Amino acid sequence: MRKISKAEINDIALGASLLGAGGGGDPYIGRLIALDAIEECGPVTLLSPDEVPDDAFIVPIAMMGTPTVLCEKAINGGEYKALAEMVESYFKKKIFAFMPIEAGGVNSMLPFAAAARLGLPLVDCDGMGRAFPELQMVTFTIGGMSATPMALTDEKGNSCIFNTITNKWTEELARAVTMACGGSVSVSLYTMTGAQMKKYAVRDIVTRSERLGKALRLIKEAGQEDTEAKFLEITEGFKLFKGKIVDVKREVRGAFNFGTVVLEGIAECKGRSAYVEFQNENLSAVVDGKIVATVPDLICLVDSGTYTPVPTDALKYGKRVLVVGLKCFERWRTDEGLKLVGPRYFGIETDYIPIEERCKA
Amino acid sequence: MKYRLGIDVGGTNTDAVIIDEKLNVLCQTKTPTTGDVHTGIMKAVRTVLEEGKVDRRDITMAMLGTTQCTNAIVERRGLVPVAVLRIGAPATAGIQPMTDWAEDLKRIVYASTIVAGGYEYDGKELAPLDEAACLAFFESVKGHVESIAISGVFSTLRDEQEKRARELARQVLGDDVHISLSSEIGSMGLIERENATILNAALDRVARTFTEGFERSLREEGLENVSLYLSQNDGTLMDIEEARRHPVLTIACGPTNSIRGASYLSKVSNAIVVDVGGTTTDVGALQNGFPRESGVAVTIGGVRTNFRMPDVISIGLGGGSIVRQKPDGSVTVGPDSVGYRITDEALVFGGSTLTATDIAVRLGMARIGDPAKVAKLDEGLARKAMERIVDMVEEAIDSMKLSASDVTVILAGGGSIIVPASLKGAKEVIVPSHSDCANAIGSAISKVSGNYEKLVSYDEIDRDKALKLATNEAVLAAMKAGAKVDSVEVVEMEDVPLQYYPGNMVRIRIKVAGDLA
Repeated sequence: MRKISKAEINDIALGASLLGAGGGGDPYIGRLIALDAIEECGPVTLLSPDEVPDDAFIVPIAMMGTPTVLCEKAINGGEYKALAEMVESYFKKKIFAFMPIEAGGVNSMLPFAAAARLGLPLVDCDGMGRAFPELQMVTFTIGGMSATPMALTDEKGNSCIFNTITNKWTEELARAVTMACGGSVSVSLYTMTGAQMKKYAVRDIVTRSERLGKALRLIKEAGQEDTEAKFLEITEGFKLFKGKIVDVKREVRGAFNFGTVVLEGIAECKGRSAYVEFQNENLSAVVDGKIVATVPDLICLVDSGTYTPVPTDALKYGKRVLVVGLKCFERWRTDEGLKLVGPRYFGIETDYIPIEERCKA
Repeated sequence: MKYRLGIDVGGTNTDAVIIDEKLNVLCQTKTPTTGDVHTGIMKAVRTVLEEGKVDRRDITMAMLGTTQCTNAIVERRGLVPVAVLRIGAPATAGIQPMTDWAEDLKRIVYASTIVAGGYEYDGKELAPLDEAACLAFFESVKGHVESIAISGVFSTLRDEQEKRARELARQVLGDDVHISLSSEIGSMGLIERENATILNAALDRVARTFTEGFERSLREEGLENVSLYLSQNDGTLMDIEEARRHPVLTIACGPTNSIRGASYLSKVSNAIVVDVGGTTTDVGALQNGFPRESGVAVTIGGVRTNFRMPDVISIGLGGGSIVRQKPDGSVTVGPDSVGYRITDEALVFGGSTLTATDIAVRLGMARIGDPAKVAKLDEGLARKAMERIVDMVEEAIDSMKLSASDVTVILAGGGSIIVPASLKGAKEVIVPSHSDCANAIGSAISKVSGNYEKLVSYDEIDRDKALKLATNEAVLAAMKAGAKVDSVEVVEMEDVPLQYYPGNMVRIRIKVAGDLA
C-alpha cells in the first residue's frame, strides 16, 4: 500500500503515453483530471493486488468515446459517484476498490480521479498492460468474464446500465449512446471479485508505468550522451528502427483509424526503410520487407531526440522517430490470448513470434 | 517609391531593414538587444533610417517581430490581474482553470468560475448560457480587474455564447476593460486554448505599452504615413489593433521570420534553411514558402498552449563556438561559445580563444578581423575542425530532409561564413545577400493569413466539397485581415480523422495567406 500524489501522477502519465503503443489518446487531459481530483480530495491509496481480499468487489473505470471531444469537454467530476451508486445498487455490493482497464493513454489516468473523488483505493493492475482498440481485448475475456453489466454516465447526469448478449452488442449499443451523449462518457465495466482480479489482471502495471515515466523524465532532464542506450535499458526495449516519417496513409473504417506510417532510415539506419501499420494502436513493424514485431507486443514510436512518445494521431511528415518494441504481458502470448489480440485477429497474415525471438534472428 | 521597415528582436541582436515596394533590400543594420527591448528597437530604426536616406514620409509599412510578450510572461513582469470565466458546466468542472500552472503565475488570476453553457461536437447546445451567473461573477470582480478571459466548450465551432458573455461583461464592467475570447485565439482543445486566452488577457498592459510606444516613437522619427504590423508565430502579420487585442499571438515569431526571410532572399520556396548564429545553428524546413510546423505544443513560462512552433532543430554550433584539440589529437567544436564577446575574444580580433570563425578565416573561407593573427595556426588542426563543423551541419540537414534526394540549402545568419559552399546532401547551397538579417526581412515581407477549423462528417458531406467550403471561410478571414484577394493561397490543409469515432468524422484545418493590399 502506498500513496499516489501529484508528483507520481505526472510520471505515471508520461509512462502511460509510452504504454499506449501509439493509441489510447493523449494522457495530458487525463492527467489534469487526476491532478484536479487529488488537489481537491487528497492523494490516492494504491494497493498491490495481493492486498485485496478474494471476495472484494472491484470496479474498473474508463472513458469511452473520442479523446478529441474529451479534450474539449473534460468531465464534470460527479460521474464517478453516479457510476458507483448505480453499480452498488445494481449488484447490491459495496465497492472495495477501483482499477484501470488500460495502462496506455487517457484511461490510465481517469481511475485516479475516481479513486480520489470517492476516497476509495486503486489496485495496481489493469486488463491490457498497454492500450488496445476494442472492448473485449482484455485479459478478463480469457477468464470468461463479461464486460456487462456495464454502467455508463455522461457529464450531464444521463446514465444507464447495459445488459447485453455479447461483447459485440455492448460495443455497438454503448457507442450509439456515447454519440448521443456528445461523444465522451464515463463507464465502469468488467466488474469482478478480488480473486478474479488476482488471477487474470496484469499486475503492478501502474508501478511499471511510473518507473517508465520517471526514466523518461530523467533522461530528458539529464540530456547526456548515450541517452538512447539508457532509454532502451530502462524500458527493456528492443530497438527496431530509427527513421524519418516520409508518408502517413490514413483511413477511417467504422470507429477506427487505420493507417500506415512509412519511414526512411536516418543515422545508423540510413539507406534502409520501414513501415508501421496501425489501427488506433501500432500493430506491426516491418523493416526492409521483414516483420520485426507484431501485436500483442508493444510497438512504440518515440521522438528520436527527446524520447517523447508519438501517438498515431500526431504522426506527421518529416518527424524523426525511434521505433521501439516492448514485450507484452505473458498471458497475451497464450493461444487464448493470441485469438483475441494476435496478429491474425488484426488481419496480419503471420504467426505471432515473440519480439525477443524476432530480434535475435 | 514606397518603402517598408522590417524589425526583428532576437535574444542577442535587434535587426532592422528597409525594403522597397518591389521588396528589394535597401539597407540593413544590427544592434544589441536591450533589456527594455524598446531602446534597442529605436536605435536600430534610427540607424537604418539614416543609412537608407529615403524620405521618411514614403515609409508606409513597418513590421515588427518582438519578444516583449514572451519576456513579460517568462519574467512575470507587467502582467495585469485577470478574471477567468469558463462556459461549460456541467462539463469541464473536473478540471479547474490553471490546474497545472506554476504557483507564481497562477497569482495573475484574481478569480475564476465555471458557468453553465457550451456546445457539443455537432454544434448543439450542451447547456444554455447561465447569464445570471455571468452577471454575478462580473459584479464580484468589479473594481479588482481590468482584464477578463472568457473560454467556452467547443467555442471554435460556435462562438455565440462567448460573445454574449462579452456583452454581459461590458454591461457590468464598462467599455474600458479588456476582454479576451478563446474562440478568437486558439484552436481545438479547451484547456490549452483557455491557457492562451488567460495569458493574452494578462498581457493587456504590456501590449498597450509596447504598441503605443512603438507607434509614438515612429511618429517622432517622422514616419507620418506608416501603418504598423506585428509578426505572429505562424509567419504572418496582424495590424496594430489586432496586436493590441491578441498580443499572445506575437509569441515565438523569431524562428519563423528567419526561415521566411531566407526563402524570400533566395527566391526558393522549398529548401532546408541553416541559420548560423553566434552560439547555435537553427535548421528548419521551408515548405511552399512557410516553415514546416512541429507537432509539439508551445509552452510559454511553463504553460501549455495550442500554438505550434516551426519544426526546427538547434545544434551547438555558431561563429563563436570554441575549438579545442584533445590530447588524442581529435578536435571538438562547441557547444560552448564566446557568444557576443566574439569581437574581443576570437583570435582574428586580437583575443586568445580559438573559435569557429578563426578556423574559417585560417582556411581562407572568410576575411574578418586580421587574418595575419591566425596565419600561424596549424593547418591540420584547422582542417580537422572544419571537418567537424561540416559533419554537424550535414547531419542536421539530413535529419530535416523529407527524402533521400538532394535538397536546396539556404545559409543565413551572421555566423554562416563558417559553413562551406558545398555540403553532402545538398544539390546547391545558396548564400543570399543580406542573409545575416534574414529575420528582419522575413518580418517585412510577411503576408496576412486566415484560418478556419471545423469538425465535419464525410458521410454527410463530400470531402472535396467540405474542403472547398472551409477554404472559402479561411479566404474570407484573410481578406478581413487585409489580404489582396487574388494573392491569397492555401498554405496548409489538414483533415485528421477523429479516433474512436464513427461516421467518418474529421477535423478540418485550413490556413491561407495573401499579400497586404
